[in-house]
Amino acid sequence: MGIDLAKPEMKRTREGFGHGLMDLGQKRLDVVVLVGDLSGSTNVSFFAEKFPDRFIQVGVAEQNMMCVAAGLAATGKIPFLATYGAFASCRSADQMRVTVAYTDLPVKIGGAHGGISVGPDGATHQAMEEIAIVRSIPNMKMIVPCDYWETRKATVAAADDPHPNYIRFGREPVPVVTGPDTPFTIGKANLLREGSDLAIIACGVMVYEALVAAQELESRGISVRVLNMHTVKPLDHEAIARAARECGAIVTAEEHQVHGGLGGAVAESVVQAHPVPMELVAVQDRFGRSGKQEELMTAFGIKAPDVVRAAERALSRKRTR
Amino acid sequence: MPRLGMTVRELQERALFVRRDIVALLARSQSGHSGGPLSSTDFGTVLFFHEMNVNPRRLDDPARDMWHFSIGHVTPVIYSLMGERGYFPLVDLLGFRQMQGHLQGHPSKHDTPGIEVSSGSLGQGLSVACGMALGSKMDGIERRVYCVMGDGEQQEGQIWEAAMFAAHYKLDNLCAVIDYNRKQIDGDVQDVMGIAPLADKWRGFNWNVIDADGHDIPALLAAFDSARTTRGKPSVILAHTVMGKGVSFMEDDYKWHGIPPSRDQADQALREMGTSLEEWTSRLERHTQAEVAPGAGARS
Repeated sequence: MGIDLAKPEMKRTREGFGHGLMDLGQKRLDVVVLVGDLSGSTNVSFFAEKFPDRFIQVGVAEQNMMCVAAGLAATGKIPFLATYGAFASCRSADQMRVTVAYTDLPVKIGGAHGGISVGPDGATHQAMEEIAIVRSIPNMKMIVPCDYWETRKATVAAADDPHPNYIRFGREPVPVVTGPDTPFTIGKANLLREGSDLAIIACGVMVYEALVAAQELESRGISVRVLNMHTVKPLDHEAIARAARECGAIVTAEEHQVHGGLGGAVAESVVQAHPVPMELVAVQDRFGRSGKQEELMTAFGIKAPDVVRAAERALSRKRTR
Repeated sequence: MPRLGMTVRELQERALFVRRDIVALLARSQSGHSGGPLSSTDFGTVLFFHEMNVNPRRLDDPARDMWHFSIGHVTPVIYSLMGERGYFPLVDLLGFRQMQGHLQGHPSKHDTPGIEVSSGSLGQGLSVACGMALGSKMDGIERRVYCVMGDGEQQEGQIWEAAMFAAHYKLDNLCAVIDYNRKQIDGDVQDVMGIAPLADKWRGFNWNVIDADGHDIPALLAAFDSARTTRGKPSVILAHTVMGKGVSFMEDDYKWHGIPPSRDQADQALREMGTSLEEWTSRLERHTQAEVAPGAGARS
């Protein structure tokens, strides 16, 4: 794909969300945007400046925002709401479950500052439970784009889906691994690298780490498949079953708690379709802390070398089966 | 000016029918809430048979008014109002809370056509109504949005987030009604967690506050008129009611918040209301075709 993994272009996923909303604002009059006093940091300020009549400031009131969005959807609007993922997924979880998901309204939830890569703000603002919460709620879809372009495309695609969606994106610039023309379909994993010894299934910023790990493993003669599982729900079971059958070992990688996230979702699929040795790279059931993005990802064991070590464990289990 | 051309007397009679429906359906389901539905019956009847422009034959009518019960647990009155208004045959009421029926314990949009948004977790409904009211204003639709809340529900913090929002956006197309029966599941509201002075709280949030006797039809008609003609701010009607209104042994007793009457108690209640359990159940059983109330859909 022509990505220089050693020196990738860096871009913010939240900017992808902001630009995706701009794309939508121009082509769809039914799209409205709500924010809970975080216009700048969620980048919905772009939309607010261009389409002030369709921008709704809700103030610091996430629970109200979730339900106001539902009411707007009931009148035919396609509401996108934005706040930090820590609040969108936890503070207004009941509102998301009962009012939005049970009614199955097309509310689009933008969870900004997802994962530990938020950095200095620390544990309260590092959303690491979103996938587990959202994917356990019926009717909800959970999208975790890997870079700027994918976040932009996911935002636009969400508007066409008549059901509720949650889009998780981050704060800091992250490597760009897709391009404006890379296909994106909700629920369909993207194969980024073909391989047959082991498959790494990743989402969000961990897709880049997976590619770096795959390159390292390749240099040791191990053929690694990399799947970008940008949609954690609905999961692409077919791509997972194929990876299990054809590679015989799987590593999942996510910037999220190990419980209930991408790894759990893939494991649920694998054990039912074609059980193979699996290793999960994720945050090990602990709260985050303040620090720099790179420091934290290293400290919490979710950098490329951690993915490589997980691959070694999975391959060793595969050999001794 | 009644939308269906009903007189006060006709509205009172309709409210009596709704109360009988509530008791009969609870006698069948042996599960569900009695107190709140009976206290909400009179303003509910005024809403469904006078105030609101709704058309059960055309649920997606873009000109319709929208209604939302934030207190989802009062489904016995919601469904009885819907049945009497012609959303579905009255015989369906006998399937309330049953596996094979379409009337869930709490309102569900996808089970019961006519419900705009599902509800049941307290405190969320006013926010939903705010979204409906704002969305309608954005589209320039002359629609009114009605939201029914409970008095115990005022203890939920989200209500006050929504109260702030509605006043900030001057949602004068929004009318909230509070079933102010002064009881909640654990006892008297003032003992569980006091909410007084409630009118002052709403005034403090820049709402138009209207106090009304929640069982006096002419007073309720005037209250809704006042709300409809108020410009620049949302209105809230504090409907002063009595829990369990209309059934002597339930009135003003919080223990009836969340339980149904036994069949014997239901029969006694229905006899107080001029019929019997057998007679009223048989009326419901015979009603197998939805009948839209006279003049339905026409707003004069």
